[in-house]
Amino acid sequence: MDLFLLEAAINGLLLAGVLALLTLGLNLIFGVIDVVWIAYADLVMCGMYAVYWLFAVFGWPLPLAFVASVVGVAVLGVFVHLLIIAPILGSAPINQLLATGGLLYFLQSFATLIFTTDFRNIGVRLPVLEIGGVYISYSRLLAFGVALAGATALYFFLRRTYVGTAIRAIAQDREIIGLMGVDQRRIYLVTSAIGGALAGLGACLLALQYDVHPFVGNTFGPLIFMICVLGGLGNMIGGFIAAFIISQIIAIGGYYFSTELAYVLAFILFILLMFIRPQGIVGR
Amino acid sequence: MNERRIAALAGLGVLLALPFVTSAYFLHLLIQILLWGFIYTAWSMMGRFGLVSLGHGAFMGVGAYVPALLWNYFDVTPWLGIPLGIGLSALLGLIIGYPCFRLKVVGHYFALVTLALGQVVLLSIVAARDITGGSLGMTPRSIGHSWYALQFPDKIYFYAIALLVWLLGLLVWRWIDRGIGREALEAISDDEEAAAAIGIDVTREKLRVTVISAALTALGGAVFGQYLMYLNPETVSGIGVSLQIVFAAIAGGMYAMLGPTVGSLLTIALTEGLRVWFGANFVGAANSIYGILLILFVIFMPRGILGWLEAARRPRAGAAAPAE
Repeated sequence: MDLFLLEAAINGLLLAGVLALLTLGLNLIFGVIDVVWIAYADLVMCGMYAVYWLFAVFGWPLPLAFVASVVGVAVLGVFVHLLIIAPILGSAPINQLLATGGLLYFLQSFATLIFTTDFRNIGVRLPVLEIGGVYISYSRLLAFGVALAGATALYFFLRRTYVGTAIRAIAQDREIIGLMGVDQRRIYLVTSAIGGALAGLGACLLALQYDVHPFVGNTFGPLIFMICVLGGLGNMIGGFIAAFIISQIIAIGGYYFSTELAYVLAFILFILLMFIRPQGIVGR
Repeated sequence: MNERRIAALAGLGVLLALPFVTSAYFLHLLIQILLWGFIYTAWSMMGRFGLVSLGHGAFMGVGAYVPALLWNYFDVTPWLGIPLGIGLSALLGLIIGYPCFRLKVVGHYFALVTLALGQVVLLSIVAARDITGGSLGMTPRSIGHSWYALQFPDKIYFYAIALLVWLLGLLVWRWIDRGIGREALEAISDDEEAAAAIGIDVTREKLRVTVISAALTALGGAVFGQYLMYLNPETVSGIGVSLQIVFAAIAGGMYAMLGPTVGSLLTIALTEGLRVWFGANFVGAANSIYGILLILFVIFMPRGILGWLEAARRPRAGAAAPAE
């Protein structure tokens, strides 16, 4: 087998980890609050800027900058819920989508206003691993490992804790949960915070590999929505599988054609799958 | 009724007289207001019936790039290129609309499919960088003042074209509004199952407004390309453009004929006002304010400014927002 193809496939696999992590956050919010945060990728952008400023400009140690990014975006997630989603919780889903569309517009423009459109890099260069002629960067391996660890932690949180159980219960039946003595509003806040924290964690992992600029969200935002829908909105395991399928299409398509064409291919596949299986690839 | 007709004629008279009394700068703004107003009107033809598209940039892109490419590479006059672009865009609307409506892809699923469509067109233009210039954009070959090439260095011609195109948009809006299709579409956006049960052909009704909207949006994109003489994938097909269309239409009010035009007037006045006040180093200031306004509009005024004014005038009629 062609070594470069193998390398592309491995890099696709490693990218899938981060995408799967972000998909988890989006899916959690969709499954529990029943809202599509179209600005989710732009929360990741905020996290990447946080890492950049704290680490590269203010000289904080990298782990501390990472923690600050995760906490900061989690708080941002809570604010998004309180200020934008909560007032229109009862209105049509499309209105909620549009309101977060306004947030996307705001975050991108505001970032342009204060950070300009310069591409910024945190300037950390991790070594590259060579196994039998295949080169894999440590930053991607690290991202993949942390993403998997984050997903596992989320899984145990949802399975083993009271709040986690309540979150899963709400995703199953919104009406009855109030009768079980669960405070919906509190669960929504916790969910928004976790969704934000996952975006912040994703931001740390992406900041290791990519430059940050105000429109960085546009490069992978549509992608994670697609993955989410492909996996079946609200279905976390489906989202995980879809993340791996889509990133392989992009990695291998990018190897044979060009990155843009690979994306075009992935989006067309998404549109077709929406027609064939709107409930997602692993839906009931 | 008569009063309205007089008001409409007076308004048209003012629009016809304006280019003779304004500077070139204001003429440029007026052209933009009319052309964007036209595109927002075209979007609202779908949006008002609950078909929220986040990918109208796709139709704009096809409408703008097809005539420009044909002109640059094959010397095909825009008189042929523009109808071809409109036709292709309508076809794209059909290809994406038919399965969507047939298989009941609605609400935010429909929005996400159209979002993906916008990305497909955007990335295809970028990927074909050998002929389209990719992200750097392209310039239609200029040959000076020419009816054949639809190129007019003098803005007054484009003002006339923009005015005609905008009026066409309003006429189509009225035609849809007066037709039997409107009631069918309103029934569909209220309850699709019930509408189908009383014998409405849901797929056909939705498809008709989608194809019309796609075709008109392509026309708007084509005229913009001819006017600005510069095309860029991000500015015709990017997510930003698609969202800007949605925002302006909602802000002005997508349920009233002049609502989208009011949205266009408002957004362009805001952009230019901020640009004049703050200067060019505040790139993003206007769009930041748009973003906040969009959120506020969706939360507090889902019917838009015109809808809100009408509701304030007639407290009963607009009490319930239809987007609920």
